[in-house]
Amino acid sequence: MRSVIDISDLSLRELDGLMDTAEDIIARPGAYAERMRGKKLATLFFEPSTRTRLSFEAAMYELGGNVLSVAGAGSSSAAKGESVADTVKTVSCYADIIAMRHPKEGAALVAARAAEVPVINAGDGGHCHPTQTLADLLTIRREKGRLDGLTIGVCGDLKFGRTVHSLIGAMSRYPGNRFILISPEELKLPSYVKGEALKKNGIPYRQTTDLEEVIGELDILYMTRVQRERFFNEEDYLRLKDSYILTPEKMKKARADLAVMHPLPRVNEISVQVDEDPRACYFKQVLNGKYMRMALILMLLQEGGAAGRREARA
Amino acid sequence: MNVDAIRDGIVIDHITAGRAMTLYRLLGLEGLDVPVAMITGAVSGRLGRKDIIKIDADIPIDFNVIGYVDPGATVNLIRDGELREKKQIQMPEKLVNVIACRNPRCITGTEQEIDQIFFLADREKKEYRCAYCETKAAVI
Repeated sequence: MRSVIDISDLSLRELDGLMDTAEDIIARPGAYAERMRGKKLATLFFEPSTRTRLSFEAAMYELGGNVLSVAGAGSSSAAKGESVADTVKTVSCYADIIAMRHPKEGAALVAARAAEVPVINAGDGGHCHPTQTLADLLTIRREKGRLDGLTIGVCGDLKFGRTVHSLIGAMSRYPGNRFILISPEELKLPSYVKGEALKKNGIPYRQTTDLEEVIGELDILYMTRVQRERFFNEEDYLRLKDSYILTPEKMKKARADLAVMHPLPRVNEISVQVDEDPRACYFKQVLNGKYMRMALILMLLQEGGAAGRREARA
Repeated sequence: MNVDAIRDGIVIDHITAGRAMTLYRLLGLEGLDVPVAMITGAVSGRLGRKDIIKIDADIPIDFNVIGYVDPGATVNLIRDGELREKKQIQMPEKLVNVIACRNPRCITGTEQEIDQIFFLADREKKEYRCAYCETKAAVI
């Protein structure tokens, strides 16, 4: 049995295989419509989410499977004080696979160790969100035709943004990529992410606070939201939330083949006028996320495999 | 207790000066009903100054704790007044229930029954990280 806690649990070969499967699902959806017949996915969401939960559920339905859903800790036994481990042990009796989101960092690992069925981490606080990264990788591969030799700008909250950390980790594994890290001083990429993903692997990067200065160099611009829920101090959030707003004027300085990405939801960091720009890819990311979740569910329920890196470490 | 001579017990020697108290606490020696002597600032040819802990009883010791606090320390096992075994301590790959994660967002902070597990992330930097949230352990 195999769970996926972090994107690093998946080898490059597995990532490529998942993307190939997703491409095949896009090309031949009918061939996959019955693949999970008789199987059940439980979505346990202890933290608000719209797109990720619906994406998992749509993925399972499109594979012909069924879904059991718990949305919101208030409606589950967690509100009565039940532990994550006990919850997933119970749910393992009903479902063949679990997708879980939890506000606490590391909750997914606790779930994976306790569950009798595969667990997919659908986000554990500010820690990991591997299926978002799967969506990002497929989007980059579909938009740019490759995952190597790219200049990737990541912009906004690089400190608490788990999607950014995972994306940098994943794209660092492909050769020839370089990163431009665009953020306010207070929200710079943590040194351990820089150390482990970039410095250790000799990946070129530079840091700046000025988006307009660098936008013309980029193949990919990955925008992020400053997340209110990651701040203990409301004043800090209010001061930093409008640091970067992508507008049609700024897009004029960008390359014609730039791909603008965003994990969504956005607040105001990308002007809605940019949505009309053919370089805006963030709604394609949403759709790609569903296909990659389908591919992941197929992989975990059909192939199994050894424990992931994080499970083995604990 | 005679600090100079132990009949059956353990001497933790070559502790970096200033770390004996941390070791005493993390090894749980304060809760034991056995004689323990702590010598701080002893003169050492190798270290200049060192700390020493002498435990006058044959009790089980978690060597991983010593390896985490001070991998340069040596452990001497004494039986019948003789040195039975001298152990060189290594940094352990994993620590279980030795230290607690300080990240307020970590699952271990709210679910107390979960084992506190840290893994050795960087041997050169002597850096341990929480297995759940990957937060770096506090430097000793």
